[in-house]
Amino acid sequence: MSLLREIAHARTGDKGDTCNISLIAFDARDYPRLRAHVSPERVKALFAGVANGDVTRYELPQLGALNFVITGALGGGVTRSLALDAHGKSLSALLLTTEIPDETNRR
Amino acid sequence: MSTRPFRIGCGAGYSGDRIEPAIELVERGELDVIVFECLAERTIAIAQQARAADPSTGYDARLDERIEAVLPEARRRRVRIVTNMGAANPPAAAARVRDIARRLGIGGFTIAVVTGDDVRSLVTSGGFSAGETGEALTEDNVVSANAYLGAEGIREALVNGADIVITGRAADPSLFLAPIAVHHGWRMDDWTMAGRGTLVGHMLECAGQVTGGYFADPGVKDVADLARLGFPLAEVDGDGSAVITKVAGSGGQVTPATCKEQLLYEIHDPAAYVTPDVTADFSGVSITDLGGDRVRVQGADGRARPTTLKVSVGQFDGWIGEGQISYAGAGAVARGRLAGAIVTERLRLTRVPLTELRCDLIGVDALHGPDAGRGADPYEVRLRVTARTGSASDGWRVAREVESLYTNGPAGGGGAFSSVRQVLAMRSTLVPRDRVSWRVDYETL
Repeated sequence: MSLLREIAHARTGDKGDTCNISLIAFDARDYPRLRAHVSPERVKALFAGVANGDVTRYELPQLGALNFVITGALGGGVTRSLALDAHGKSLSALLLTTEIPDETNRR
Repeated sequence: MSTRPFRIGCGAGYSGDRIEPAIELVERGELDVIVFECLAERTIAIAQQARAADPSTGYDARLDERIEAVLPEARRRRVRIVTNMGAANPPAAAARVRDIARRLGIGGFTIAVVTGDDVRSLVTSGGFSAGETGEALTEDNVVSANAYLGAEGIREALVNGADIVITGRAADPSLFLAPIAVHHGWRMDDWTMAGRGTLVGHMLECAGQVTGGYFADPGVKDVADLARLGFPLAEVDGDGSAVITKVAGSGGQVTPATCKEQLLYEIHDPAAYVTPDVTADFSGVSITDLGGDRVRVQGADGRARPTTLKVSVGQFDGWIGEGQISYAGAGAVARGRLAGAIVTERLRLTRVPLTELRCDLIGVDALHGPDAGRGADPYEVRLRVTARTGSASDGWRVAREVESLYTNGPAGGGGAFSSVRQVLAMRSTLVPRDRVSWRVDYETL
């Protein structure tokens, strides 16, 4: 298994009560693995403790990147949230704790 | 029209940003224009309150500091300045810049002020509601309402020879698109070019976030010299492609990785990034490393701008009472949890009216919830209790319940902290574009 943090990087952005998290392969050859194993359903389950909305995934193959948009993630919005991290700036780190299977035919 | 690359830098990505990197950009960036983006969503609502209390205020609190730092060199090198530091009172900001210039003995330039973003009277005139809550907007429940203006007003100011353009609420990328479009002679309804200029603005608007800020992760993503982080500039060609770079010798880095993170920052559908100027399409953008902190970004496109403008609406939304206290050593987590349970029970017993309550253990579950941090207990934890209340006094009752844990709670609680703040929630609505009119006023010194 590979920890996402070892093969990809991520950044969180906020707009109202919605956050987006980019997931970008360090090496473009790992992009198909990200695409195969980091599904919107999986991200929704991972973020169940912080977000109650939907997860939409956008694909940017030429950048080797995915973009996840998560609604209901910021405690009602940055400006009214009770959360310590009202912007959700730290949420990218949660995504990077995900483990995905190693590729078998590349070494 | 010109075919030489246009050099545009970003001297601030938010109102509290560092000052020296902007000086460095002006002195060594060989810039045509420097932009200061200083207006977060809530900043303008707070500024409206300041203006209501004193009509000569309501502009950016650090305007003096920034303008004094960059104006002399900017005028010497003929670097034009575009900024939203006008916040809730652009004319007062311009008057302040004039006073500073006179005091510094600087003259021979023109300040332009773009107004028209304040649409409070329009959105409270009936028929508008907050998108997030559905609540009708009225005189009584709206603190501020500012439309996101696009590049048009800034463009007109620059075409008419303004050296400093001061706006209130304008879309962040528009601050950059306007000068780029003027320099290269793009029409504002050339949607492809508007999309490309918007991409450049989007890459630059958060300043240090594209040069290695909000990026470092030791061992995985190391960044050199973050204490001297350089702010970005773009060299924009006539076809809208651009090289993102920074001043040689400054800290940080511009790499494909930093640029990809910023490209997707605060983006939802990459094919539909909606601004007042264009529906930009970043889905086909490519990023090419040129080496030496130079990265080419190209391939953005655009479609027609929306017929409505987004309005940022400030509304009071109750109060938040907060208390914190720390525990350490063996059993710290259990004592922190006991402390949270005691406070929760006390708030119930004493009937403090709350609409929302959170007990977090900082160091355990405050950021990502109870499932994320499972593992060995940390040596120390900090309980943070927050509650939403209808009044300041009820907020203080929450905060004091945490402080009273000193003598009434678990063993070894220390470092209590209390605060109560009024919530100024930002909501949004849409208004027809033709109901909003901007204007530009000029003053030559």
